Amino acid sequence: MLETLLNEIPRFFTYYNIVFLLKALFATFLLSALGCIIGSVLGFLIAVGRNTTSRILMPLRAALIIYTEMFRRIPFLVTLMLAFFVFQALNWDLPMFSVALVTVCVIGTAFIAEIVRSGFESVHDNQWDAAYAMNFSYLQTLRYVVVPQAWKVILPPVFSFFILFIKDTALASQIGVLELTYAGKVMNNKGFSATLVFGTILVLYFSLSYPLAKFGQRLEKKLAPARNR
Amino acid sequence: MPQLEIVNLKASYGGQTVLEDINMAVEKGETISLIGPSGSGKSTLLRVLTGLLPPISGHIVLDGKKIDYNNKAQVQELRRHMAIVFQQYNLFQNMSVMKNVTIAPIKIRGRPKKEVMEYATQLLERVGLADKHDAYPDELSGGQKQRVAIARALALRPDIILLDEVTAALDPELVNEVLDVVRLMASQGMTMFIVSHEMAFVREVSAKVVFMAGGHVVEVGTPEQIFDRPTQQRTKDFVGKILRH
Repeated sequence: MLETLLNEIPRFFTYYNIVFLLKALFATFLLSALGCIIGSVLGFLIAVGRNTTSRILMPLRAALIIYTEMFRRIPFLVTLMLAFFVFQALNWDLPMFSVALVTVCVIGTAFIAEIVRSGFESVHDNQWDAAYAMNFSYLQTLRYVVVPQAWKVILPPVFSFFILFIKDTALASQIGVLELTYAGKVMNNKGFSATLVFGTILVLYFSLSYPLAKFGQRLEKKLAPARNR
Repeated sequence: MPQLEIVNLKASYGGQTVLEDINMAVEKGETISLIGPSGSGKSTLLRVLTGLLPPISGHIVLDGKKIDYNNKAQVQELRRHMAIVFQQYNLFQNMSVMKNVTIAPIKIRGRPKKEVMEYATQLLERVGLADKHDAYPDELSGGQKQRVAIARALALRPDIILLDEVTAALDPELVNEVLDVVRLMASQGMTMFIVSHEMAFVREVSAKVVFMAGGHVVEVGTPEQIFDRPTQQRTKDFVGKILRH
């Protein structure tokens, strides 16, 4: 077993194969990173919108609630298919990578919106009272009072979501996006042993998620006030 | 002309009427105390006055100008004149003492930073916390927090200050340090609304005492009238119970 594996290695790590795997790694990285970044920005905005109270914005809040609750409940794969067929029905000839990218952004946004919203909620109502009584506006209260306190509640679940998310991008292989999991299947079909191929894929996934987790830990330490460390 | 007039204020909370027929006139520099059993609407009245709980009907008149609580601009104008100190201090947990006191004057009112910092330093000295500029709320005792909250309210240079049971959450030995600060403010001619259960204190500082029960004003008078010669049965019952222990 070990011997066959060792024999395979020189054939496996050829220049062509390494480039192929790195390309796939880059696709996974891009899907995860853009999903996380765009998802964070839009998710934050959605949480800000959902937290408003004015009557005029009621329809907006309703729309945002429907959006978040819906896409947090639909399985990733179904959302992916949905995006795929919607674009097809619209006759937009998008590359598969873009379809997958739209999907990860839609899902990332929904999940992060919910995490941020519950983070806002963790800040005591009396902070809002004090701010409003001193004429802070909604956005000023968020900026100066609520967000600085909510960060330390928001960050840990956001980073654990990011890490789950990297793994979820594997589903993009289902519509033929060349990312890590798909690359693994291709190599496996070429006759390389599953142990070697998926062992390599595992290491590559790890190389993405481990630094992210470390970064998250550092950020949490940095943002948490000294006295709470 | 009274500085503040409260006209037919009515408020409800969770579908229940908690304040009704509230009418009052306050002269500049007067200290008015609201007393009454728990749930009588004293604290609610202060929340309504600052616009944190918009009333169902009624309005107030501030310096001759009518304030409609449904009008955002008018409420903002009102809040430039009125500051509130909460029972639970409500200090901003993410800010140092100095930042708590200065953020609203600097960021919201747009006053010059240097001037605000100087004034804040004076105020913190006046409330006995000159050495706590850089401390965070978590590091302070209840009495210290409440004194920071008072300094924060004063830093806004309000015309009227509302004190909502400012000693209720404090350990008995910390009560006096806060009351001393309130005495000082009263002596300097600030118009104050005080909700308090410290009857001896109420008697000492108030020009007028308002007895409330069940969301209504039952009786208004000087401290002597309310505590020594109440005319309403409910006031008599309440005062009797309080003074017996």
